[in-house]
Amino acid sequence: MTALLPRRGLAQILALIVILAVDRVVSPQFFDLRLQDGRLFGSLIDVLNRGTPVALLSLGMVLVIATRGIDLSVGAVMAICGAIAASLADSHGLPVVLAAALGAGLVCGLWNGFLVAVLGMQPIVATLILMVAGRGIAQLITEGRIVTFSSPDLVWLGNGSVLGLPVPVVIALGMLILTGAVVRGSALGLLIEATGGNARASELAGVGTRAMILSVYVWCGVCAALAGVIAAADIMGADANNAGLWLELDAILAVVIGGTSLFGGRFSLVLAVLGALIIQTMNTGILLSGYPPEFNLLVKAVVVLAVLLLQSPKFSGLAGIAARLRRTKA
Amino acid sequence: MENSLDPALPLLEVRGISKSFGAVRALQEVDFTLRAGEIHALLGENGAGKSTLIKVVTGVFARDAGIVRISGEEIAPRSAKAALGAGIATVYQEVNLLPNLSVAQNLFLDRQPMRFGIVREGEMRRRAKALLADFDLDIDVAAPLGNYSVAIQHVTAIARAVDLSARVLILDEPTASLDRHEVEILFGIMRKLARRGIGIVFVSHFLDQVYEISDRITVLRNGRLVGERETASLPRLELIRMMLGRELAETTSARAATREHSAREVCASFENYGKAGYVAPFSLELRHGEVVGLAGLLGSGRTETARLVFGAERADRGQARVEGAAVRLQSPRDGVRHGFGYCPEERKTDGIVAELSVRENIVLALQAKRGLYLPLSRREQDEIARRYVKMLDIRPPDPERPVGLLSGGNQQKVLLARWLATSPRLLVLDEPTRGIDVGAHAEIIRLIRELCDDGLSLLVISSELDEIVTYSDRVVVLRDRAHIEELAGEAIDVGNILAAIAADSAAVALEAHT
Repeated sequence: MTALLPRRGLAQILALIVILAVDRVVSPQFFDLRLQDGRLFGSLIDVLNRGTPVALLSLGMVLVIATRGIDLSVGAVMAICGAIAASLADSHGLPVVLAAALGAGLVCGLWNGFLVAVLGMQPIVATLILMVAGRGIAQLITEGRIVTFSSPDLVWLGNGSVLGLPVPVVIALGMLILTGAVVRGSALGLLIEATGGNARASELAGVGTRAMILSVYVWCGVCAALAGVIAAADIMGADANNAGLWLELDAILAVVIGGTSLFGGRFSLVLAVLGALIIQTMNTGILLSGYPPEFNLLVKAVVVLAVLLLQSPKFSGLAGIAARLRRTKA
Repeated sequence: MENSLDPALPLLEVRGISKSFGAVRALQEVDFTLRAGEIHALLGENGAGKSTLIKVVTGVFARDAGIVRISGEEIAPRSAKAALGAGIATVYQEVNLLPNLSVAQNLFLDRQPMRFGIVREGEMRRRAKALLADFDLDIDVAAPLGNYSVAIQHVTAIARAVDLSARVLILDEPTASLDRHEVEILFGIMRKLARRGIGIVFVSHFLDQVYEISDRITVLRNGRLVGERETASLPRLELIRMMLGRELAETTSARAATREHSAREVCASFENYGKAGYVAPFSLELRHGEVVGLAGLLGSGRTETARLVFGAERADRGQARVEGAAVRLQSPRDGVRHGFGYCPEERKTDGIVAELSVRENIVLALQAKRGLYLPLSRREQDEIARRYVKMLDIRPPDPERPVGLLSGGNQQKVLLARWLATSPRLLVLDEPTRGIDVGAHAEIIRLIRELCDDGLSLLVISSELDEIVTYSDRVVVLRDRAHIEELAGEAIDVGNILAAIAADSAAVALEAHT
């Protein structure tokens, strides 16, 4: 599976290490892990667990962005699917709940894909429609209330554990492996990268670019649905107003931190998930530090800037010139 | 300023301009002379160097060598704005104005009449009105420019340029999207400006219009100056020969021995195939082991024919057959499925995926043909890439290098490899030798011959007539988006092709006058 592992990615790994080190300074118990009732606890596990929704979103988002698109509706899709899951949880079995929620995510993805691939709308506008409408739909489903449930099956999905790891983390890991296997195990990865790199040329080479674009939006919808179900299971209820709010931006950020260009083409699933972890590690660190959460946004911006500068060829160019100048002076 | 009044001194003088992009020499020691008050047509096929020349003169590109003088004074503009300051204005086919602003705002953009830091709208409109009146244009100057026709947008752009005290006006394909009446209006304005002493460079591929409006013609070919003539004393055939052909004697001898082809099996055929407003219906038979050349001027329907044949454009009439069986070609995927391949003219926008590696670019069409569920393993990909890198001598021989970093000739080879890897029965090559250096050029022609000997059927478009003559078994001549003649065997020579193109254009010209 060497194709899954990034050749580039040094910048992201370095960034994660630096942030982890800072977190260790802020909170000396940061790396502590303890086993209790067959489940691991600790800040690191917390990072993984809290990072799951954005990591799931970034798995779909990275493919969409690789085709030179963007999906602003994922937060709203989370709200819709969370609302559906919560409404059905106490009256239906888990398979039905999951099928309904993921099915709704798939339909949302089809809608976005239809607008972009078939009608040729600009992705940012096309997905803005569902971003706005989706929250309304979610509120209609919950009838404006916060729908709570007590189905132990669904609660387990958010709070249970498998082999000591929280279920959401296991799900995210499974989705990463599944997505990686589908994308790199079939020709999908190459054809998506070709479509994003040059859609006209790919079309003329016989690539079904429309099908590619449609499929990535569908996948993005399914990932968002899963994130929505997990978010609902976590709080044992669906809040149509706040579920997944602004998470589309974190997902885009995660993809960008992961080194996938918004201009499409080359993408890396692993690095996108790493990007999501970087974001969550920062969030957790700031919470632990006792600084007010407002700092979070500022720190996030600085880290993003740093990672992007490290990736930018122009910046490396400038750094090179500066180094040469220093040498000539010396 | 005394100089500009000296009639002996040309208005714009370009001497020995050279410009290279990497290994490609886009301009080689080109001279160009524009006199005050003349309309001077700058002609040549795609890639002849017209645009490069204009961009070098207007400072968009830095030149490698040569000088540019305006009224005897040497200039070296670093930007289009600096060129405008020196008195050279350019109006491109795609008007470079802002359609959401009003006509008046466009005319006075960057130099609006101000008082106390506030734009004087009324004054600006009055002046805009007066300015356009000079061009016999009476329109509402407060309306957005985008509301008006392309012709009016052109006139607005020209008015702005002239008002910016341009002495040299370069019009790049100004008539391409105008109807006959609008062309008349534009020509009227051009004549008027010329009478005022402005020198106009007119770039167009409509030869009828060139003959109608221009005083003098300069022809470029492959980045070199072919010659400058007075329009009135230059026969049409001679002009086309300047644009397309080299010396006739030297090329006819290079013609390969005609292969025996009539006995070969038909690979693909097209009966009465066409699309309204795109290419007039044509019938074409392509046989195995045969090269069919498509010859004609720019805009004659060569590329359009290629796209229809491949399936990149849908035909609305006629029947296509592959190996005798009727097929429908609705999309490039259909073409690929039936064993067709297409190397488009615009390599960068329609051919390569610059960011991906040579390997990925080579396997792309084969992978698309196999479908999602039959992925080529990395080993198979490496094997295919290695084979074609070696076979076509792609340099540098590194399959993992992003293809965008390769030279034009090597990119072309990668595209050829992409299609060869699909084992096609028919390859359509649109200007396969455009913009690539001489060495790669000869190699690609050698390849075309070899492929053909292996039983592949080839449809090749080229502006290089001597090239077409060298490798074609049959040549289809096009003009005005229609197939007008097919030459075969001994009849294929540059003279006959030129005669076919010119004969028809003379007839068309006659028709237009009666």
